[in-house]
Amino acid sequence: MSTVTAPPRAARHSASSARPGSTARPWTGTGALVRLFLRRDRVRIVGWVLAIGSTVAATVPALEATFPDAASRQARAAILANPSAVMMTGPGFGLENYTFGAMVANELSLALFVAVAIMSILLVVRNTRAEEESGRTEILRALPVGQFAPAAAALLHVALANLALALAVVAGLVGTGMETASSLAMGLATALTGLVFGAVAAVTTQVTARARSASGMAVAVLAVTFVVRGIGDVLDPLGSWLSWLSPIAWAQQTRLFVDLRWWPLVLSAALAVVLLLVAVSLAQRRDLGAGLRQERLGSSVAASALLSVPGLARRLLRGSFFGWAISLFVMGVAFGSLATSLQDMVEEVPEVGQWIGAGRGDLTTAFGAAMLAFLALGVGGFAVGAVLRLRTEEETGRVEAMLTTGASRLGWAGAWFGVVAVQAVLLLLLAGLGLGLGVGAAAGESGIIGRITVAALAYTPAVLVLAGFALALLGWLPRAASLAWAVVAWAVFVGWIGALLDLPGVLAGLSPVHHTPAVPAESASAAPLLVMSLIALVTVVAGLVGFRRRDVGA
Amino acid sequence: MGTFAIEAHQLVKTFGAARALDGFDLTVETGQIAGFLGPNGSGKSTTIRVLLGMLRADSGTADVLGLDSWRDAVDLHRRLAYVAGDVSLWPNLTGGEIIDLLTRIHRGPRGSARRAQLLERFDLDPAKKARTYSKGNRQKVALVAALCSDVELYLFDEPTSGLDPLMEAVFTDEVRRLREQGRTVLLSSHILAEVEKLCDTVTIIRGGRAVESGTLAQLRHLTRSAVTATTTADPAVLRAAPGVHDLTRDNHYLRFDVDDSQISAVLGLLAQVGVQNLTISPPSLEELFLRHYGDDVGPAADLGKAERVR
Repeated sequence: MSTVTAPPRAARHSASSARPGSTARPWTGTGALVRLFLRRDRVRIVGWVLAIGSTVAATVPALEATFPDAASRQARAAILANPSAVMMTGPGFGLENYTFGAMVANELSLALFVAVAIMSILLVVRNTRAEEESGRTEILRALPVGQFAPAAAALLHVALANLALALAVVAGLVGTGMETASSLAMGLATALTGLVFGAVAAVTTQVTARARSASGMAVAVLAVTFVVRGIGDVLDPLGSWLSWLSPIAWAQQTRLFVDLRWWPLVLSAALAVVLLLVAVSLAQRRDLGAGLRQERLGSSVAASALLSVPGLARRLLRGSFFGWAISLFVMGVAFGSLATSLQDMVEEVPEVGQWIGAGRGDLTTAFGAAMLAFLALGVGGFAVGAVLRLRTEEETGRVEAMLTTGASRLGWAGAWFGVVAVQAVLLLLLAGLGLGLGVGAAAGESGIIGRITVAALAYTPAVLVLAGFALALLGWLPRAASLAWAVVAWAVFVGWIGALLDLPGVLAGLSPVHHTPAVPAESASAAPLLVMSLIALVTVVAGLVGFRRRDVGA
Repeated sequence: MGTFAIEAHQLVKTFGAARALDGFDLTVETGQIAGFLGPNGSGKSTTIRVLLGMLRADSGTADVLGLDSWRDAVDLHRRLAYVAGDVSLWPNLTGGEIIDLLTRIHRGPRGSARRAQLLERFDLDPAKKARTYSKGNRQKVALVAALCSDVELYLFDEPTSGLDPLMEAVFTDEVRRLREQGRTVLLSSHILAEVEKLCDTVTIIRGGRAVESGTLAQLRHLTRSAVTATTTADPAVLRAAPGVHDLTRDNHYLRFDVDDSQISAVLGLLAQVGVQNLTISPPSLEELFLRHYGDDVGPAADLGKAERVR
């Protein structure tokens, strides 16, 4: 089946919009496709909007409760001059008079912009390159659908999603009593930032023929703009020339809730348009199904290491594992280097100590312990994703190819899970090492490096519970296996905001990470770890038994 | 009668309300090439996946190579090779890597002469990533892996659906070679001519049930060619000729079926009578079902037409 290209522009008939001689032909069918994409993604978009909207709405009162007066906010502002803090927040507008609004803008906006960028990248790739890779675009293009319609529809679709998200953000801010003009500006900045990265994804989907690498490249662009903005703002707290190279900075340079200005958003809008034009011109240079980059040849003979189930699992999980390894290590170093400035802050604002669970042991260690819990969530995300790859293998029929060539069902799922477990432990160690190095460098003591690295292993049972739950779903409710992500999302929520919101113990207890003792600050009490190990074991056995007795491909 | 490589009795498999297999029987003798014929959606793939132990039958028995296909699946899989109807490969592995992976329990295919020979015969570049392969090339990867495997039983689910005629000929040749070596082959298809070309026995499945089963000689009535001709002459001589069935005449338009063994004799008669126009076409599955089982054909109808040679 060869993939044939661009249909002649004017050769199609359409019941809807095309008129003879109309220049709108390449766009014919765009409206219908937007409706199709919205129908496909309705649950997804509503999920993103609710998750981000409610996070905004919940964070504002939470920050208000933690920093009730000017003194506490000023103490908070004092530590934000720390380079690592600047990396994780934004340019320090209004730090000298750190109002509540300045605080919300500074500490919420970056997370918000990154989240919306990720959503936009995923949505665009999902509806363009992933569709093309699967061959479904070809089916659509065989209908009276113009050459540019699928891409245009995907972008309109992501624009609508961003609009909905922006409205949720505005509602969350205004609803919690924030100033209207800046709330609107924050909503618009959110939508435009999302659109910029949606357009970035539109370009990367032209460059590479694989959906997975298209999203990878777009996320890499996001990471670079993230770092460029961070370094730029470290050079000058209000934004240096370097910051202005990053689209994330433009959204933040609106000086939300401090001294609002709208014009930086024009840059975002302009960049989105330019990127779209680039994407369109690239699209005209390639065939349907192909990328601009040629596929390289590989080895014509398999290495011995590939010729087993664990070998195949390692190979298929390689990209994901190395991606997480690098990110967790770098994040560990970045978080760790925050350690010393935190100590000053907690002395002035005791609530912050409560937030990160300090109180026992010295503050540096307590901070390390708190950050470790965040990194462990990342490892949990890796493990669940890696277990759910089994479902992809099954849906594509590739499991059958392995099973009919000598792998037993237990051997297949068991060995795969074993590889995931080993890689998760390695990631915990790496995250712990990175964090230890960061904290050690910041606090000037090398002893803590080893302690934090070893302490990271305490999260093994929690991570295995998350992965085991995914395997149990795969064994018994294969079609609902992606529900395992809900538990990860809940654990992230509990870890990030749960303590601020003072969640009931039962709800917080649904997160396995919550039950892990805060090592190395607390002593590693064995009981919860043993109980979680037992739960992990039960879920794994249940998952394997389920997979053995059900139909493959069900 | 030799031993049976496949013995399935009264298989029932339901998916929700749909009954994919409804008391299906299938026996394949060791050393034979068995054809498995039926329109799309008739239960061919479901049967094969039950025989592989991927699906568990609701009732009935499925013994393959003397083993229970569900309970002894792993032992069974060491002794068979399977090519799925819709081949999906790992997109970022090369064809060569996938062939080695799928033949990993049969030591030695890497770099073996047989592997190289099959790659050459099927004209397949093993260094290319699987995502760059067309449907036909993906199918070739799976076929090379299966044919590399030195096993007792080969299961092919519509193996030629993505292959061009040249590659189809290579495949036919390789399957014949398997028969010479005494291997058993089960080959599913919706194309009667393909089964006719290769198979010793045929089982026809329809709506999850075996409607006909036997050797090709026993099913000879299924393989009559259809003849249409335009003639002004009296067709009585044809009507009386041996091997001619179901002759109808509509104006000058003549239509009948003829046994393949009698074709040259009938051609002689037609030449004597004198015709303005003549078509002889192999029976399509669609006609076969219409003629012998008297029900509507459903999704196979279009396919049948497409296969027809005019």
